Amino acid sequence: MSATRHPSRVAEAPVLPERGPGPVKVTLTVNGTEHALELEPRVSLLDALRERLHLTGAKKGCDQGTCGACTVWVDQRRTLSCLTLAITCEGREVTTVEGLAEDGELHAMQRAFIEQDAFQCGYCTPGQIMSAVALLEEGHASDDAEIREWMSGNICRCAAYPNIRAAVRAVRDQA
Amino acid sequence: MTTAFAIGQPTDRVDGRHKVTGDAHYSADIHLDAMAYAVLAGARVPSGRVTAIDTTEAMDARGVLAVLTHENLPRIATQPPLIPSLAGMPAPGQTFFPLQNEVVHYTGQPVAVVVADTLERAQHAAALVRVTYEETPSVTTLDQGRDRAYEPEAIFAGFVPGRNERGDVEAGLAQADVRIDATYTYAANNHNPIEPSATTATWDGDQLTLYDATQGVAATQLTVAALLGLTPSKVRVVSHFVGGSFGCKAMIWAHPALAALASRHTGRPVRLTLTREQMFTSVGHREEQEQRITLGATREGRLTALRHHKLSPTSHFDDWAEPSLGVAGQIYACPNYEGVYRLFRANTMTPTFMRAPGEASGMFALECAMDELAHQLGIDPVELRLRNYTDTDPNTGNPWSSCGLRECYQRGAERFGWQRRNPEPGSHRDGDWLIGYGMATAGYPVYGPNNPQRARARLYADGSAVIQAATPDFGTGVATAMTQVAADALGLPVERCRFEGGDTTLPTIAAAVGSAGAGMISAAVHTAATNLRDELVAQAVGDAESPLHGADPGTVVVRDGRMTLRDLPETGESYQDLLHRHFLPDVEAAGAWSPSPRSAGEYGMMTFGAQFAEVAVDPWLGLARVRRMVGAFAPGRVLNAKTARSQLMGGMLWGLGQALLEANYMDPRRGRWVASSLGDYLVAVNADAPEVDVELIEVEDKVVNPLGVKGVGEVGQVGAAAAVANAVHHATGRRVRKAPITIEDLL
Repeated sequence: MSATRHPSRVAEAPVLPERGPGPVKVTLTVNGTEHALELEPRVSLLDALRERLHLTGAKKGCDQGTCGACTVWVDQRRTLSCLTLAITCEGREVTTVEGLAEDGELHAMQRAFIEQDAFQCGYCTPGQIMSAVALLEEGHASDDAEIREWMSGNICRCAAYPNIRAAVRAVRDQA
Repeated sequence: MTTAFAIGQPTDRVDGRHKVTGDAHYSADIHLDAMAYAVLAGARVPSGRVTAIDTTEAMDARGVLAVLTHENLPRIATQPPLIPSLAGMPAPGQTFFPLQNEVVHYTGQPVAVVVADTLERAQHAAALVRVTYEETPSVTTLDQGRDRAYEPEAIFAGFVPGRNERGDVEAGLAQADVRIDATYTYAANNHNPIEPSATTATWDGDQLTLYDATQGVAATQLTVAALLGLTPSKVRVVSHFVGGSFGCKAMIWAHPALAALASRHTGRPVRLTLTREQMFTSVGHREEQEQRITLGATREGRLTALRHHKLSPTSHFDDWAEPSLGVAGQIYACPNYEGVYRLFRANTMTPTFMRAPGEASGMFALECAMDELAHQLGIDPVELRLRNYTDTDPNTGNPWSSCGLRECYQRGAERFGWQRRNPEPGSHRDGDWLIGYGMATAGYPVYGPNNPQRARARLYADGSAVIQAATPDFGTGVATAMTQVAADALGLPVERCRFEGGDTTLPTIAAAVGSAGAGMISAAVHTAATNLRDELVAQAVGDAESPLHGADPGTVVVRDGRMTLRDLPETGESYQDLLHRHFLPDVEAAGAWSPSPRSAGEYGMMTFGAQFAEVAVDPWLGLARVRRMVGAFAPGRVLNAKTARSQLMGGMLWGLGQALLEANYMDPRRGRWVASSLGDYLVAVNADAPEVDVELIEVEDKVVNPLGVKGVGEVGQVGAAAAVANAVHHATGRRVRKAPITIEDLL
């Protein structure tokens, strides 16, 4: 992984004190709110969100990094929270699907998912939406072929894929 | 009279906002005070017995509350028989409950339940349970079991005879001008909904509450009650959101009862969630199978005989095969037929329903064989099917309750551009890609429940209504469709109606399986809502202060919350006025519906469709890509055009996966599944999914249920894989008689 692509990840990592294996203090900033938690270092970001903060929007579909249902943003980048330790997110901004709507006003992508029927059971939907919003910001939605490729980390077993693409297109074309 | 204003409209899902904001709470999202976490440990051998189990290290691990094994888990009270959950009875997925003794029947069979105060601690401790096995030889594959196959008296929990015959198949083959004799293999499939099965259990004294991911709350309630020896009234099951099922939550497996036992043992609420790996060994699967088809036909393409034999593994406890020979034996006029199931016992769990259970595999084989016949005779594949069209059920001679299959062929072919197809394989090209067009027939039976389906409707004095029935919505859109059904029956705008489901405290509905949900639940909701409307109209016409006083109730219509005379729309009043005048806070009515016993005896009941697919094959790389799919379906009345299209589209894309991606294989040396993650078991992702064109052909059906709804959950998948496989043949000239067709088959 080159330093030019991800400067924030490699810039002079400080030597961290050893913590754990028992519970340690971990401060997480989620959707703009700071939370002080006692977590074992082995706790994943997904489990910290779901089981400690009761933010259950991010879903556990596989716990193996294959399905994308747990997708959240860490410092605005889409991240598989099941493969991320919560303790590594200290000092970072975590955003979950619960943080997407503003003052009860749905994000355009959330509205588009409803209008285009881009889900059935809804279980993968939070991850799909977090990926779909990030996709537009990354500039990976120029045409359907690109959307298909860059949305393929999020499995929808109901196979709402054509409707998911329609939702992404709709928001892209509003902008 | 009910007029359809809301029914059929492409109304947005009523639960959409919950689902896009993360506010939809699925069974593993329920958090209870002092909740503990249970994790299963599964057997590492496919056959044998546990000779020793050392739980010391696990018990000593931090946070561990209990380790339950066959040595200390309480015995179950009774093992109910295996009956499909549509029957409304206890519905265990298999007649075997684990952790009752030391015997191991299949890899992954639970051998311990570990409970701890956090999930991480429970997972860690589960890895510390030391189990010693004495392993015995196992059988897990077709090739290992072929020689010990037997012909069962019945399959599918006894509901389908092991053998079905009409006419004389030998005579039919002797009359034939041409014959096709081909064997198709079909890999085992795993459902893999993105939500793993999960149960959160809590006791309040002797009252058990389960938050369970299920297709039927009553099925969970009755099964767990039977296993634990409780009266059903002491078991409440709640299931507000279910993250997909596709059949693996249609029957009730061991984990809900284990969660309840773990909770009772520890005195704390317990959540038990299966891991993705455990989803391959805990909730059934579609069995590996081999189907041999022998077709006889005249030179004009008329079938004279169909022989269809299936061989598949089942468990050591149940004679289960998905009914692959059902629709395939009914879809065409063919006087001479023989269908035979053969099974052998293997070291697996009992296979189970998986989307289009039976039809997906049986129609794959038949529709590929029909394509071979069309090719051999030089008859267009659509024309061949039209020549064998039947407007009666060949098994009984009864007419279809409704059909629409000819229109499906015609409209599907038009939308697809089938007439552009040059019948010569390999004749269409796009650069290096060989292009193929394929088609197939779709059919799925219309099933009905065995017992009454119930609902309740309540109108409040503010003119809003709530409609209740115990069905969960696992992605079908039932909550939305039932809101529409109630709105029309009550004459209310959709926004004034709300549907509540997913709780055994509500009126009982059988598990929504076999595409029966929309039909039976709409029947119950429609009946309850029309009963309520009739009650309100009766009050009005009997009320001296009502403008409708003395009117014939049959002349009163309801619309926009008002009851008016059909021929004098100005004469009438609102529900609100009636209720306010009588100081009524609400009016409520119940409704129940059972299918007429006549219908099954006098009609054949099936949903029909036609599938078309365009496939591109790169012969140098062995790649096959589906470029587009067109499906035309005649599902009776469509309750919501948006959600129905989505479900049919999903089914068609499942067919794509079945044709090109989805497979699990047993490693015969180790007796375990080769794939146990979504990295190994391939399902269609966005990049695999082309645009899908779904054409809805409405046919009126006065037989199946009050609204004439035949269902869309499965028929979208039936035939789709065959259309893809037939397109691969058309592209390449290669006939690959297996699902899935993979790169090595095309190089």
